[in-house]
Amino acid sequence: MIIFSIDHKVIGKQYIGLALFSVVLGTLLSLIMRFHLVYPDAKVRLFQAMWPDGAPGGQMTPELYLSLMTMHGTIMVFFVLTTAPQSGFGNYFLPLQIGAHDMAFPVLNMLSFWTTALSLLTLLAAFFVEGGAPLSGWTAYPPLSGLGRITGPGEGLGQDLWILSIALFCVASLMAAINFIATIIELRAPGMGYFDMPLTCWGWFVTALISLFAFAVLLAGGILLLLDRTAGTSFFIPGGLIVNDQVQSRSGGSPILFQHLFWFFGHPEVYIAILPGMGLISTVLSVFSGKKVFGYKAMAIALVSIGGLGFVVWGHHMFISGMSPYSSIAFSVLTLAVGVPSAVKTFNWLATLWGGRLRFTAAMHYALGFVSLFITGGITGLVLGQPGLDVYFHDTYFVVAHFHLIMGVAAIFAIFAAFHYWFPLMYGRFLNERLGKVHFFLTFLGVYAVFVPLHFAGFVGNPRRYPDFKEYEFLKSVMPLHIGVTHAAYFLGAVQLIFLFNYFWSQRHGAIAPANPWNAATREWRND
Amino acid sequence: MNALKNPPGVKTTGMWLFVLSDLLTFATLLVIYTALRIANPDWPRPFTLSPAIVYATIMTVVLLASSLTMVWAVAAMAEDDRKNTVKWLLATIAGGIAFIALHLTEWRHLVLEDKITASTGLFGAVFFGVTGLHMLHVACGAVYLSILTAGVARGKFSAEDIETGGLYWHFVDLVWMFIFPLVYLMAVKP
Repeated sequence: MIIFSIDHKVIGKQYIGLALFSVVLGTLLSLIMRFHLVYPDAKVRLFQAMWPDGAPGGQMTPELYLSLMTMHGTIMVFFVLTTAPQSGFGNYFLPLQIGAHDMAFPVLNMLSFWTTALSLLTLLAAFFVEGGAPLSGWTAYPPLSGLGRITGPGEGLGQDLWILSIALFCVASLMAAINFIATIIELRAPGMGYFDMPLTCWGWFVTALISLFAFAVLLAGGILLLLDRTAGTSFFIPGGLIVNDQVQSRSGGSPILFQHLFWFFGHPEVYIAILPGMGLISTVLSVFSGKKVFGYKAMAIALVSIGGLGFVVWGHHMFISGMSPYSSIAFSVLTLAVGVPSAVKTFNWLATLWGGRLRFTAAMHYALGFVSLFITGGITGLVLGQPGLDVYFHDTYFVVAHFHLIMGVAAIFAIFAAFHYWFPLMYGRFLNERLGKVHFFLTFLGVYAVFVPLHFAGFVGNPRRYPDFKEYEFLKSVMPLHIGVTHAAYFLGAVQLIFLFNYFWSQRHGAIAPANPWNAATREWRND
Repeated sequence: MNALKNPPGVKTTGMWLFVLSDLLTFATLLVIYTALRIANPDWPRPFTLSPAIVYATIMTVVLLASSLTMVWAVAAMAEDDRKNTVKWLLATIAGGIAFIALHLTEWRHLVLEDKITASTGLFGAVFFGVTGLHMLHVACGAVYLSILTAGVARGKFSAEDIETGGLYWHFVDLVWMFIFPLVYLMAVKP
């Protein structure tokens, strides 16, 4: 395999490899965080060895916890959920499904992968510089992220590297988006109209369009934040700010402005994570029900409307940032409107199953799991979309539970389904079905065991991003719940080893797959 | 590896998509400018008719002229007239370089005489942020067109390649047509 390959299949596999590496790292970080939440006073020699400044004597500092959280979020959102379903599987299968010889711009494709890889290295470098990784979360709100070292140990070089990494990621994603859209517009097989494309292609198409607009805005925000940090500008720094008893010299900027920019990107970003999965699940459910997708056109239009609505709902992340009540109502109504195309999709998935001859393969299990998680996580979205409720739930574990289910785990289930479904084409062998099903049931159980209780922590008002709950009297009652969640998380982390084993073992030892083993109708299975 | 070639039009589609996304990046900066300016009623307006506005007007004319020569380059290439294509491309690049030179002179004036830098307040931040990003685009365009020119002179590149380069160049011009009134004319001393 050539390293700087311009072949879409190789690049797809490179993206998938990058996402696999990232997901392992991101999961390990989350397990360390869960450990710390339950045993905040524990002295762990390993922590001291890894972070001498962040864990003196093995005792984790609040700053180290926040930096782990920042890196967990950033790695998972950008390098797993954005890369694997779109750039990974999309690169590999989009050209095959529309009958193109490759992506429209193969060299650009190679450059976008390597820019992504450089971006990941830049991010990881933040762990190793003085002060360590940044503390400001994947949202990087200023003033915390805009003032430099004075706001915390990771806010020096670590935060600079973080912004640089995200800027590189924006550039890479823009290149990829241009490639995907141009390929779909220009390189469809003769006679293939837009409404003849499989829904997977619709998922990638809409996702690429979202990327094209969303990452352009984040890039602008990132550049300005970097200027605030390095060139002394004050786009996002308000006047008269006192940090650590020192009055800051900047004036006139608006931190809320950054929140607007960030969420104008950030909300579409969560759809970037889930839309390719929606497209794939439609295909998998249809293949293993032995039926066409119910309401194909409505499904395609629903994808487009979810993508479009995604750009006008960002305000629901900012209900407590200070916003006119009239704006809140508008954002709330638009947010709840996303429920309509989402419901169209859900009911059409169920109708696709209805009356079909169901084959319960491992991929089918994950697809059904996806629908379940999509509903569970989506329902709480309707709760959080209402300003009156959000004011209470904002920044509690209720939100954490909501978004992990819908954009995290649901998208991951789509990725598992994709691996099981397409593995025969990628490696000529099957992933082990029995192991796949065992992994499915254990993961499904683990996911609900971790995230359902967190909703209840949210009811109590348990704030997120707090490194140590025992300082607060009112959180005493939720500690047993957190102990349960942490152990469920260990279990969930451990059972992922089954998948990793299956993935690497089956590449060499899996059962040999015949051509088109699932009797699928889409082009990638044709041998021409 | 890729024996099959793309049909014509793919490159221009790609460039259109880039232009769309870059348009949003610039739009974001201008929206930020608008928001900050509305929030600060005492927004500084330091420009005098001479030299600042005169300078900016000359820069605008230079950039517009370079768009015209770019149109001629595209037209010449469409007729496979490589000699004239090279000539007009060189004229376009010269326009771009002249624009940058004038712009840097003006920046220098602003920093040294008016004591306005990126860190002296929001006006400086917006001014240097917006015009800096634009100047970077012009510089990249000059490099891009130079590569095209060298290729055309050696018999490489098709009419579509030149058209694609033209798209980029016109886009960078168009952005300036927003920057000139919003950043310069609206900051003239009352």
